[in-house]
Amino acid sequence: MSDEKPDKAATPVDPPEPVEAAQPDASQAEAPQVEPPQVEEPQAEPPQAEAAQPEAPQPESPTPMPKQRTPNLALRRLKAGFKPSRGQAIVAVVLALVACVAVVQVRVNRADDGYQNARREDLIAILDGLGQNTRRLESEITELEERKNSLSSSADKAQTARQQAEAQVRTLGILAGTLPAQGPGVRITLNDPEGKMTSGNLLDAIEELRDAGAEAIQINGSVRVVASTDFVDANPGIRVDGQKMTSPYVIEAIGESHNLAEAANFPGGLVSEVTGPQVGGTAEVNELGTVSITALHAPEEHRYARPAPSPTK
Amino acid sequence: MIAVLGLVIGVVIGLLVAPDVPEWAQPYLPIAVVAALDAVFGALRAFLDGIFDDKVFVVSFISNVLIAALIVYLGDQLGVGSQLSTGVVVVLGIRIFTNMAAIRRHIFRA
Repeated sequence: MSDEKPDKAATPVDPPEPVEAAQPDASQAEAPQVEPPQVEEPQAEPPQAEAAQPEAPQPESPTPMPKQRTPNLALRRLKAGFKPSRGQAIVAVVLALVACVAVVQVRVNRADDGYQNARREDLIAILDGLGQNTRRLESEITELEERKNSLSSSADKAQTARQQAEAQVRTLGILAGTLPAQGPGVRITLNDPEGKMTSGNLLDAIEELRDAGAEAIQINGSVRVVASTDFVDANPGIRVDGQKMTSPYVIEAIGESHNLAEAANFPGGLVSEVTGPQVGGTAEVNELGTVSITALHAPEEHRYARPAPSPTK
Repeated sequence: MIAVLGLVIGVVIGLLVAPDVPEWAQPYLPIAVVAALDAVFGALRAFLDGIFDDKVFVVSFISNVLIAALIVYLGDQLGVGSQLSTGVVVVLGIRIFTNMAAIRRHIFRA
């Protein structure tokens, strides 16, 4: 508040001066017109100086002076300012502060990114562009994720189908005799010293074993019994799948071993037949923990049968 | 002479030290600088008028800076910060021009 005084001292000077300043500024070319108001200046100033007198007695002396040689006075004061004094020191400190802060501010302003001083319309445009970019990229992300999902699910499907197919191949391979197999089962050894066994006996034996749940069967370790296996009499001996066999006949079957043994042993079954008077041989049934069937059936290309489209698939 | 020296020293310090402006002071610093410039030019004019007083100068300098910052702060709180800072800058700019006109007339008699 204390600065009101100097401000007042200064402000009274303002009214006349701005008017003058506006006049010369607006029409600097009219030099003659400018001078008369300057002459009026001193007239206006003395009252101001009087108003400010209590504070600064100095104004009195300057005000009359300007009439004749004001430039000299101002310049002289400037020159006088070069003499060190308390006021000079204070001004120096304040000026240093201002300069320092101004430089710092300039630096901060330069360090700012361009957005701080951008106009509102520009900012809106930039924001708009960014928003559009975001939307575009988000839709792209969604699209790519959908594609990824569909690809991975189809890959899963393919994987599952492949696993199922492989499992089926294994199952069917055992069933068709194209793959070796092992598991619990029985080994039935039939001795037929008199050569009276017929293909019917052997076929019956196979049928009984299958009825008891045999999953894989081989005879004499060399012939795999499959759906198309045939049994033909070839005295002495039996021809199985075109391969001649003679006593002893060894039938190996994989399945529930106890059931299989029972199927061979039941009265009137395989063992009774072989040991009976018609054949007069011996039969031995062994339940084994592990029977390994290594004989393979070579599948032949079907000449007539073709797979028909299944209605379920 | 000392004043000019102080100006130079201030610039050098600002360039060399380059202190970081704290976050809370950032909106007020530019306005404060303009207000300080106004005070400095007012002082120069008073000096040429022969009514310069260092105590008055310091007080007016400080009050100028504080009031400018206060106005901007108030404007920020009221939600019209940018408009008020523009207004303050305009007013201070007018004052600086007025002072400069007086100084010019003193020195060049024109």
